[in-house]
Amino acid sequence: MNAPALDAATAATTTARRPVFEVEGLHIDYVTELGTLHAVRDVSLAVHEHESFGLVGESGSGKTTLAMGAIRYLAQNGRVTDGSVRLNGVELLGLSPKSLRELWGSRIGAVYQSPLSALNPSIVIGKQLAEMARQHLGMDRGAALGRVEEMLTKVAMPDPEAVMKRYPHQLSGGMLQRCVIAMALMTNPSLLIMDEPTTALDVTTQAVVLDLVTELKREFDSAILYITHDLGVITRICDRVGVMYAGAFMEQADLRPLFRRPLHPYTLDLLGCVPRFERTPQKRSLVTIPGAIPRVDELSPGCIFAPRCTYMEEACTTARPPLQGVDGDHLSACRRWQVVPPPAEHIRAATEALHAAEGVGAEAAVLVEADQVQVRFKAARGLIRGRKQRYIRAVDGVSLNIREGQTLGVVGESGSGKTTVARAIVGLTPATGGHIRLRGRELEHTTGRRARSTLREIQMVFQNPDASLNPARTVGDAICRPLTLLGGLGSTAARAKARELLQAVSLPVSYYDRLPHELSGGEKQRVAIARAFAAEPELILCDEPISSLDVSVQGSLMNLLMKLQVDKNTSYLFISHDLSVVQHLSDSIAVVYLGHVMELGEALRVLSPPFHPYTEALVSAVPLADPDIKQKLIRLSGSVPSAMDVPTGCRFHPRCPRYLGDICRDQEPPWREGEGEHRVYCHIPLGELARLQVETLVIDRDEEGA
Amino acid sequence: MVRYIFRRIGFMVMTVILASIIIFWATTVLPGDVASQVLGRFATQQAKDTLRKELGLDKPVAVQYGHWLGNFVKGDWGVSPSTFAEVRPIVFQRLRNSFMLALVAFVMYVPLGILLGLVAALRKNTWIDQTISVGSLAFIGLPEFVSGVILISIFAIELQWLPAQSAIAPDSTFAEALPYLILPAITVALTSLAYVVRMTRSSTVDVLQMDYVRTANLKGLSPSRVLFTHVLRNSLLPTITVVAIGIGWLIGGLIVTEAVYGYPGIGRLLLFAIQRRDLQLIQATTLVIVLIFVVANLTADILYAVLNPRIRYQ
Repeated sequence: MNAPALDAATAATTTARRPVFEVEGLHIDYVTELGTLHAVRDVSLAVHEHESFGLVGESGSGKTTLAMGAIRYLAQNGRVTDGSVRLNGVELLGLSPKSLRELWGSRIGAVYQSPLSALNPSIVIGKQLAEMARQHLGMDRGAALGRVEEMLTKVAMPDPEAVMKRYPHQLSGGMLQRCVIAMALMTNPSLLIMDEPTTALDVTTQAVVLDLVTELKREFDSAILYITHDLGVITRICDRVGVMYAGAFMEQADLRPLFRRPLHPYTLDLLGCVPRFERTPQKRSLVTIPGAIPRVDELSPGCIFAPRCTYMEEACTTARPPLQGVDGDHLSACRRWQVVPPPAEHIRAATEALHAAEGVGAEAAVLVEADQVQVRFKAARGLIRGRKQRYIRAVDGVSLNIREGQTLGVVGESGSGKTTVARAIVGLTPATGGHIRLRGRELEHTTGRRARSTLREIQMVFQNPDASLNPARTVGDAICRPLTLLGGLGSTAARAKARELLQAVSLPVSYYDRLPHELSGGEKQRVAIARAFAAEPELILCDEPISSLDVSVQGSLMNLLMKLQVDKNTSYLFISHDLSVVQHLSDSIAVVYLGHVMELGEALRVLSPPFHPYTEALVSAVPLADPDIKQKLIRLSGSVPSAMDVPTGCRFHPRCPRYLGDICRDQEPPWREGEGEHRVYCHIPLGELARLQVETLVIDRDEEGA
Repeated sequence: MVRYIFRRIGFMVMTVILASIIIFWATTVLPGDVASQVLGRFATQQAKDTLRKELGLDKPVAVQYGHWLGNFVKGDWGVSPSTFAEVRPIVFQRLRNSFMLALVAFVMYVPLGILLGLVAALRKNTWIDQTISVGSLAFIGLPEFVSGVILISIFAIELQWLPAQSAIAPDSTFAEALPYLILPAITVALTSLAYVVRMTRSSTVDVLQMDYVRTANLKGLSPSRVLFTHVLRNSLLPTITVVAIGIGWLIGGLIVTEAVYGYPGIGRLLLFAIQRRDLQLIQATTLVIVLIFVVANLTADILYAVLNPRIRYQ
């Protein structure tokens, strides 16, 4: 560590604001069977009053270890071996367990990734939250419950009194996360650690929670240490950002400088992995970072990022460059930071132009047509006879066209029925009504009744590769199975073909004999993609295939999917809750809500005004990895209603920000036809929607900042 | 919740009916004729026929079954042919004795098992944990007739602290019976202890890794508060279920232990009835044991639902 440079940098900032939380030269080790792992090495940061510091990095980069180690909450095999951590000037590393517990909860609050698992399932919310007030504020039961109600009101919880009597499993994720935030802020802590607090939530809920955090940041004095892998979320919340890689900081800077002019190649690459929200027909591939994140016990002797770096030179591999101030308080651990180009230049150089999604909608022939597809499940009925059988209307009359060699993206919140639509098309969940046609030929509704040749034509890639690959079968077996079963190949031919497929998905042929547990998440998903392509299908249904993976892996998988599509002229039905991913991959987009299409059309048209109000809210909710873009705040309240009680009229009316009145509640909206195949299911005429939306642009580039 | 309980009770009734059919069918197809058994080997054919008619044995099996079950429900369990005594008072007396033994055994192994399981979980992978786990496991595989004999030879014969046999008068009071209950109860407790220890240990280990335990710790609660308010509540759920189901076995399943100690419980009554081919007694005893098992299971289901809000509010 180049101490003078860092000291100069921190000195510059301390004069302005008071640092609340300071970490200096922290080292954290884990003692494992493989030996001691230096999980976090020589890490320093400072968070000031009213400031939020974003810790960003891919999984395994040590961000949670850093945060939890700094407040001394580590697994039994974890040790802080060196450094200093100060909270309001008090050194935490020497504290006794008892005095540490006095700080936990009172001066240090925490919000976690999954609110459902962070709350005790067998204690009512009110009691769990009140525990905090009783422990640290010296309140009795009654006063504590009063305090809980007050806090729940502060986090904009509807009907706090009723919520306090509920058990965690009775509340939605968004509401639970509010409860956890209310609990953490109850004692007005100096430091609030937020560990991926919105990752488990829907985009729309995430947007609401992020707004809430931004607001609370002003109201409460807490300094926030915000951990996330999502660069978009960072821009909404953080003032200063530290980029971590394999246990060390690569770069640390204020938000805008970091995004405008990153001075470390890793940050540049990360920015390039994320699809830009660009409404241009010309698509470019995403930046891929070669290789994988190294394990902390296999770091190269020089710069730890050097093996994957575009700007690496001989000297980078000999000595490890320290994190040092390069431009005021902009710190970088790159010794060649001066040659690091601006992001636009880097991304242009590291990517290639792809085929244009030229709104070719109407030109390619229709491959699969879903016509008024309906999926209903019988709802559980009570013991007492005679009660009317109720149905869950998971998919309620969805019509879609998937064209040859093109991608149809389906977006919607969880519970919108997007996965069920896909499963109905594959035949895994039988459609209870409507027609599914493949090149005009009517398909049976279950896989069992479909011909082998039909099964071959439609394949699927699932969200969780761990669950879709048999853990006892080798990679080769998994890929050979569709080849012999559906492709009619002999075992020798299948084996040769499987090797080819492994190469096509950029995996070494040596993986043929490996078992799934020997592969990383991204590699497993590559195997799943190879398996889907093995049958040479016409259509592949991709159900959130990348959402559980790291950003850099997501980027390379999206590139792979696009490349394979061009090579094999395969059509995709791509399901995702992530609008920026869908817009990057899709030629046309369908926006689904509660089992019904709200808007449909060529990707470009769907994502530029006029929008359906639901699309508008989704677009507005996507956190973009660019702090210079202003996004209009359009927020949906509540969550998707139950598919058992679909609202009357327009099913979106209870949450619609542009609700007109009785007409929306009583009458089903008409399909309004726009340009090309663009159709919007809304009572508001397209011209009027366009006018409203120009007034309140959803996305606007901040010119003065650019 | 109410619906859940009603459904469980419905299942329970069906289980009992099915079991009663099996019991009745099994005892009627057994070789041996009730009439000859009662009247002795040299009774005349006529006398046997008369008795058969009297007992309703000439009617179709289904009718006989209905008759038997009806009487059983009404409380008329018949007379045991081998002892010429009313079946019901005998069964109830033995049942009471079994309850006493079960109670003593229960008090011995459940609290100890939970305690050891917790200690093992809190000291996971240390020598304490290993000693507890291996130690309790060692007894699982040891049959009661082996552990019983070892216990008798140590505590009754060598040390002479406790009686070797537990053949008490069937109508002894609990206080009178207590000294005779200790050795058989230890024998039973040794075999069951390991289940409770392992169950408690594994569920506590799981719960300790839960996010909500981290939340509780980072609230600044003391370790004992975290343990008692947040951990135990969830980690003891599976143990409670296992223990509740075990109660059925504890009352109705101790045939071997009761035989080793000569204890007059329901298990030994069943053994006696089978040895004597006393059909009336076999039927009544087995059905009562089935009832005990079913009620124990029902209790476990209801307890689980009451303690687990995720089931309670469905």
